[in-house]
Amino acid sequence: MSKIDPLVLAGAKSKGKRPYFLDTDVERLTNIVLVLAQELAVVRERTDTLERLLEQSGVLTRQEIETFTPTKQQADERGAWTQEYLARVFRVLQQEREALQAQEASSEEVADELAKV
Amino acid sequence: MSSLVSDKPKAQPARPYDGPPDYRVVGQHGMYPQLSHDEISRFNFLAHVNRHLSTQIMPGVKEAFDARVEPKFMATQGRGFKDRHEVRKALLKDPMFQWWSALRRATMETRQQAGRWVTLRQADHLNAKAKALTEHDQRLKLKPDLPLPRYVEAIDHHCMPGSYHTELAEGDVTGPCNYDIGIFATTGGMLGRYNDGGGQAIAAWVKEALPDLKPQRILDIGAGLGHNVVPIAQAFPEAEVVAVDVGAPMLRYGLARAKTMGVENITFVQGDVSDLSDLADESFDMIHSCMFLHETSYASMPKIFAETHRLLKPGGIVFHVEQPQYTPEMPLFEQAMRDWDAFYNNEPFWTKMHEVDLDSWMVAAGFAPDKLIHGGVAAVVDPDVFPQAAQDTKQEDYGRKAAWHVVGAVK
Ligand SMILES: C[S@@+](CC[C@H](N)C(=O)[O-])C[C@H]1O[C@@H](n2cnc3c(N)ncnc32)[C@H](O)[C@@H]1O
Repeated sequence: MSKIDPLVLAGAKSKGKRPYFLDTDVERLTNIVLVLAQELAVVRERTDTLERLLEQSGVLTRQEIETFTPTKQQADERGAWTQEYLARVFRVLQQEREALQAQEASSEEVADELAKV
Repeated sequence: MSSLVSDKPKAQPARPYDGPPDYRVVGQHGMYPQLSHDEISRFNFLAHVNRHLSTQIMPGVKEAFDARVEPKFMATQGRGFKDRHEVRKALLKDPMFQWWSALRRATMETRQQAGRWVTLRQADHLNAKAKALTEHDQRLKLKPDLPLPRYVEAIDHHCMPGSYHTELAEGDVTGPCNYDIGIFATTGGMLGRYNDGGGQAIAAWVKEALPDLKPQRILDIGAGLGHNVVPIAQAFPEAEVVAVDVGAPMLRYGLARAKTMGVENITFVQGDVSDLSDLADESFDMIHSCMFLHETSYASMPKIFAETHRLLKPGGIVFHVEQPQYTPEMPLFEQAMRDWDAFYNNEPFWTKMHEVDLDSWMVAAGFAPDKLIHGGVAAVVDPDVFPQAAQDTKQEDYGRKAAWHVVGAVK
């Protein structure tokens, strides 16, 4: 087996100081978002291939996909998936809200408290 | 079931398609790595991002420059811009330039990661293939002790980790292979099937400008992985072509790649082209470089030009293909934009090289002023599948447009 680990080396930095054009945190996030956009395009293209191959082999037509109407049961299942998904995505905001209602000590404060003899 | 669709009129596109072709039009020579559906999709995406940035976002930088950057500078300084560096520094404070730059840099780095993933995950296989194709072949002449010029070692050009010379394993070719497979993404498909639109243009230009030239020996200095010298070797099949580069991986991959394309008349030689003392005086009919000078230095350029003069037969031709020089006629905004790669894409010498008068450097190296040559070429690609730079008026991708100037001389 090769000693080359692509997981580490594929994303290696190029030699030379990196310039930043925006607030560095914003720019870091921009880089992350660009890659997420890339991976979305990757999945989108794969689905497109899948649909076209399924259509070619007569399994379904893409027209059927476009006009697909879920039954009440199916729609509820999909809606539930979306709810769960958004709850995951926006977890941090949910917790911000919960924090508003609570009077809480920080871990440092609790640690100090617990260290009292 | 399927009759349902075939009866329907074909879906009308919302607008005529003018984006890059699908990555699968890229030519599969024998050194091509295996690419999965997802890996191809990444390159498709990145080609589109680059296209989008250059056609949809970059024009906004000029608009912002006209609307606010220049007026603000005039208002606060009471004068216009002195030079391109002042323009660039003013642009750096403008959000349009900042966002375009941040995305352009991010796209470059993402492209490197995408390509490196492909080649590194199959490194053993690629390296073994290159070995089988080049071992014991006299057309690969490596010089493992050759010192690297400072300008190669100092920085990884165009943000390519490991640059042209790094070997991650013995006989490594993953660097050049990554370079090769990603050119499509960086140029939005502008350089054609084998990324050789530049080399094809050079071959066509030589044949037209010098119909009587029947070169027996051709020298390409800084040939890289040879994608632009292959079409020249094909255009002059009788000629013996020597391709010199400092990077061993480039040369190894270059020979393997050329052989699988059926091109047998190129010898790949490791050397520093500022000192080619292994090669005899007056032994070449044609010497050229392609997008090379901007990655050297002021100290080495006179030596390189002098070597070309020494190596050229009387009556032979030398020329260098590069992006246009910064002349007083070129607007400062354009100069500043062309400097982007210099400062933000690890091409430091680009800005310095482009400000000199190449003619006088050629004359200083011994070429007669009345024997200098100037020309222009645009990428030659298969117009059925690839976008054509010569016809492309919508896209002025400063410094990256697939069209170049030619500066040279007859000895
Ligand atoms: C931008 S690439 C150009 C490659 C190729 N000519 C093309 O058309 O794409 C520059 C190449 O020049 C090589 N190089 C830089 N300095 C050199 C030198 N002093 N002697 C030989 N090769 C050099 C680098 O290793 C690199 O492969």
